[in-house]
Amino acid sequence: MTSKALLTVENLSKTFFLHEQNKVIPSSSHVNLSVYSGKLTALIGATGVGKSSVLKSIYRTYLPSSGRLLYETATGEILDLARALEHRILELRREEIGFVTQFLHTLPRQKTLDVVAMPLYRQGVDKQEGRARAAELLAELNIPERLWEVPPATFSGGEKQRVNLARGLIASPRLLLLDEPTASLDAKTTDRVVALIQRKKEQGVGMLAIFHHADLVTRMADDVVELNVPILEKS
Amino acid sequence: MDKILEVKGLSQVYGKGCDLCFTSTGAEFETNICPHCGSIVALHDLSFDLYKGEILGIMGESGSGKSTAVKCLYFDQMPYSGSAIFFDDTEQKQLFNLNPAQRRSLRNHRFGMVYQNPNLGLNFDISAGGNIAERLLMSQVMNYSEIRERARELLARTEVLTARMDELPKNFSGGMQQRVQIAKALATRPPLLLLDEVTTGLDLSVQAKILDLILEIQSELNTAMIVVTHDLGVIRLLAGRTLVMKYGRVIESGLTDQILEDPQHAYTQQLVASAL
Repeated sequence: MTSKALLTVENLSKTFFLHEQNKVIPSSSHVNLSVYSGKLTALIGATGVGKSSVLKSIYRTYLPSSGRLLYETATGEILDLARALEHRILELRREEIGFVTQFLHTLPRQKTLDVVAMPLYRQGVDKQEGRARAAELLAELNIPERLWEVPPATFSGGEKQRVNLARGLIASPRLLLLDEPTASLDAKTTDRVVALIQRKKEQGVGMLAIFHHADLVTRMADDVVELNVPILEKS
Repeated sequence: MDKILEVKGLSQVYGKGCDLCFTSTGAEFETNICPHCGSIVALHDLSFDLYKGEILGIMGESGSGKSTAVKCLYFDQMPYSGSAIFFDDTEQKQLFNLNPAQRRSLRNHRFGMVYQNPNLGLNFDISAGGNIAERLLMSQVMNYSEIRERARELLARTEVLTARMDELPKNFSGGMQQRVQIAKALATRPPLLLLDEVTTGLDLSVQAKILDLILEIQSELNTAMIVVTHDLGVIRLLAGRTLVMKYGRVIESGLTDQILEDPQHAYTQQLVASAL
């Protein structure tokens, strides 16, 4: 690979300190990886090795305990996501970095179309265009049209997941973090998701993903990074 | 991204105050009452920046100083010390150096406030429409039919039945009073909106509507807001960044999802653990 990395994670570790129990809980430990534009890096490893923690640290949902997360912005600036100002992180979340988590948090009364189009609204796209693009994506992900005007609160797990995925993909972020985007989908729907992710890769989106099945890693990953069991260091 | 407000070292003391007030209260002393002079340190050394269109959450239990902070910014009270700069288009205004007329002008035109208690934000002796008219009159809109039209528009916007605009707000339900208050605050399209426990005590369905409304306002008008609440759900839905307060101090601040999922301070961990 000759191209420069979009994201370089250097020696990232994350531990949690629980005050109430006076206990240190290790999560990710000494993680090194790179993500390239138009490529997908898969994170693998047993449950509890801190795969999700790596994604959350990159998104700053978790504060990394040590290490560097060097991200090259659209303007060519290299920024350490572990230390960047909060306002800068919020800006990157709006413009450049997307995250598809396993859970869907939405506003109580918001229609599915608006949930999906939200990242576009935040970038200043108007409602009509946002909804049209959301509808396209929902159709592609096989969400029945009768659900589009309904809030996703009552949807099945698989439907919610696809809504979440549609929302993550709609704005074509430069860097996309995917945490088990296909965990509760059947084979046919999974194929649709795979095709969509493939297309986003071709459009140049760089991805870091955790997959439920090894099979999906084989199908989609350009790079594989295996995490090891965290070691509790003496502090 | 443009800054709209810069708060530095804001402090408030109720009582006569002494030299030891700040150094003998706070989290490590588990009190905000000064043991030397008995004064209450309601707020100490609050600093933050607020950007245009941003929603900042201030979270904490009763007595943590969160309401005091917004009340100082809205000139309901003058702080003991500290500064706040309001970036009003091209002008910078040092809030606590302004004269009373200048302060009134900011309150009437550029800032909006929604109190937990609608009694504080509304005049219960005049109609809902009249409440809005009052604010418009103060900002020099003088034409009767224009005022009436604006009031109708605002009430419709906040889902208050316009058929009831000539009724007194004291006959309204709590949720509706709150919406009239929001309509009134929005009348002058202020770039800064202060919201103090606006959904506390309301039915869940009404809460959801008010939260919806707040987010719509933010995205339509790019209004910057400070949302004060003890409700983690409100913080999660509204705020991009959050300050956690206790004993008048900010004990932790960060992106809202980080505060809720990876809280660092013992108190925040306890708060988050008891809520979820």
